[in-house]
Amino acid sequence: MNHEHIRIKEKPVYQCFGLITACLLFTSTQATASQLSADDIVHRANKVAYYEAQDGRAQIKMTITDDKNRTRIRQMIILRKDIPKTDALENNAYLGEQKLYVYFTHPADVNEMSFLVWKRVNADDDRWLYLPALDLARRIAATDKRTSFVGSDFYYEDISGRNIYEDNYELIEITENYYVIKNTPNVPSSVEFDHYMMHIHKDTFIPVQIDYFNAEGDIYRISKTLRVETIQGRPTVTKGSMEDLKTGGKTVMEINDVEYDIGLSDNIFSERYMRNPPQNFLYE
Amino acid sequence: MKYFAFYFFFCWQIIQPVAAQEPKLPLGLGSNDEPTLPAGLAPKKPLNGMRGEEPVLPSGLFKENELTLPKSSVVDGYAAKSLMRKLPFNLSGFWEMRGGTRVTNDSNERQTSIAETRLQLKLTKNIKNVLVNLTTDLIYDNVANSHAINLNAGRGFIDLREANLTFSPASFMDVKAGRQILTWGTGDLIFINDLFPKDWNALLIGRDEVYVKAPSDVLKTSLFSHWANLDITYTPKFDADRFIDGRRISYFSTNLNEIAGRNAVVRTDKPNDGELALRLYRNLGAYETAVYFYDGYWKSPGGISSTSGLALFPKLRVTGASIRGPLGRGIGNIEVGYYDSHEDKKGSDPFVNNSEFRVLAGYEQEIARNVTLGAQYYLEHMFDHKDYLLTLPPSFPERDKNRHLLTSRLTLLSHNQNVTWSLFSFYSPSDMDFYLRPKINYKINDRWITEFGGNIFGGDKNHTFFNQSQNNSNIYLSIRYGF
Repeated sequence: MNHEHIRIKEKPVYQCFGLITACLLFTSTQATASQLSADDIVHRANKVAYYEAQDGRAQIKMTITDDKNRTRIRQMIILRKDIPKTDALENNAYLGEQKLYVYFTHPADVNEMSFLVWKRVNADDDRWLYLPALDLARRIAATDKRTSFVGSDFYYEDISGRNIYEDNYELIEITENYYVIKNTPNVPSSVEFDHYMMHIHKDTFIPVQIDYFNAEGDIYRISKTLRVETIQGRPTVTKGSMEDLKTGGKTVMEINDVEYDIGLSDNIFSERYMRNPPQNFLYE
Repeated sequence: MKYFAFYFFFCWQIIQPVAAQEPKLPLGLGSNDEPTLPAGLAPKKPLNGMRGEEPVLPSGLFKENELTLPKSSVVDGYAAKSLMRKLPFNLSGFWEMRGGTRVTNDSNERQTSIAETRLQLKLTKNIKNVLVNLTTDLIYDNVANSHAINLNAGRGFIDLREANLTFSPASFMDVKAGRQILTWGTGDLIFINDLFPKDWNALLIGRDEVYVKAPSDVLKTSLFSHWANLDITYTPKFDADRFIDGRRISYFSTNLNEIAGRNAVVRTDKPNDGELALRLYRNLGAYETAVYFYDGYWKSPGGISSTSGLALFPKLRVTGASIRGPLGRGIGNIEVGYYDSHEDKKGSDPFVNNSEFRVLAGYEQEIARNVTLGAQYYLEHMFDHKDYLLTLPPSFPERDKNRHLLTSRLTLLSHNQNVTWSLFSFYSPSDMDFYLRPKINYKINDRWITEFGGNIFGGDKNHTFFNQSQNNSNIYLSIRYGF
């Protein structure tokens, strides 16, 4: 840069010209951003949905409504920490192990239970459930990630994030607002869907709608983003829903009190803090 | 440098409006030439037959500049937070009714196996980083003969479950002092190195499964380091199990050489000394490893006084270890423990339990969606079995050198995980007896939960571990309101 600066100083006229050229170049780079590959788009969406900042906290309220219009509420606080110390997209540096601490506050039968996840990229997640009435830290054997999370219409995988390497991506279309990506599983027998289509918002890379298709080509499950807020400069989904067209069930998830980079230490995600919840980070 | 900053600013002024403009999209990127669809208009035949109607933009994504507006809900969140803190304490709990009956006749017990109502109040408060927890069960138990309060035995109108303070005097240390429920080890309803008190009556008469753990009055100190973590629990006064004593559950009485109940309630002579239990543990990758040490007494009677006939809790030292972690598509665990019954070193005292080696191997796997199967093998190996046989009084039933036990727990979740169907089975091929725990739990809504279950015992001989409960087979029904 110094060298450039000196050169500019010597030739002030060229300087302007050079910079304008640079500006034009820059705009054209912006334009080519729309020609991101399917992989680029999916990685950006994955980062925005699951890996934003180094750590974070949110209060989650799920309202589960069944086909007979009966509702149940699940409330929890989620703490998350990413092991990679960067959000950089280059070489997928943002992507790596994550630790999640879920502290349930409602209903009464799950109150004060905590759920700990060490999310791996190339192996099954390690999961524990702590039952305070028994002082018992149980290891969870569940390996099927596509089962209901706490009885909601969301799957465990919708909450923790589906491993990005388990699907094949195709950019089907670019609309005014969206990139439309078709996701096909690498191992079809491991999932209940044939494929799913994501409408990813072009500016924020937020997946606004995900439609899951069965082998007959019918949509049977729809995930929607209902509200987005900018928190600490980061566009964040604060309301979403999951509809199961087969069961007629629907879960609306409200995400409140989102905070990023609150300085969670690795230690929080351990048996110690399941037995003795980190009060400073849980405000109930 | 000044010039550079100026020109950078100038350049930015040029870029901004250009960059803000929607980049012109190449039509039908890739394999088709279809023009961009306006929002809300679905093609008759969607592209590649896949795409449905385009989603409407959610609130927050309508306008580009909306994204850069300062956010207000973070502030609101803090307001809610402080409002929660204004409450004097946190209160939760439940009210429950539970009734059950024996399905077999027991001449020494009431036919009603359980008939009680229980109100649990859990008060918690965080005072200057000290967490205060007071959990009390208020009970009316129709089956009990007496309602006099005995907090250690858990009898009477009050069962004080927890009354403790938790704090962290240093970053590497947690202290929990007072009455508390403690659990460690890897077994599922089988405990080797967990020598904290159990309530076997609660388990067998069909109380909620959490009541298998009885509270103890303990000072627990936990030390944490990168190398390993250490739990030290000191119980100043021995806390025995709430063992089978004939009041609620009939048992095989070696004195009478027959199954007895309220006609022969077990009387004990309890030690007054304390107990020490240690656990040193750490994770090795995905594997949890631990070593344990206990110095105290057999938790349920492990001897009889030859003079008074009272049941005794002889001295016991236990050293053990465990490992738990992923195995195949599930979770495996192994736990071992050496039970040093050091009041009977040679194993020749018929009135004191011999030393034992105990081992447990378990495995749990989700075998289908919402179906989990757990299996365990457990062995109790008696040392000095020959000496035991030589000195055993002729009327006493003989224990095997090795007691083998197999368990399975099958759990199925249905109806959006609101109904839990479960069957826990114990079967001992050496004792030739079994214990089945079928259960259906239905969460009617967020407040109400009902449970129907049973405890079924059977076997060949009257004195074996499970079959001595043959007259206690029961079914129960409960309803609970949580708050």
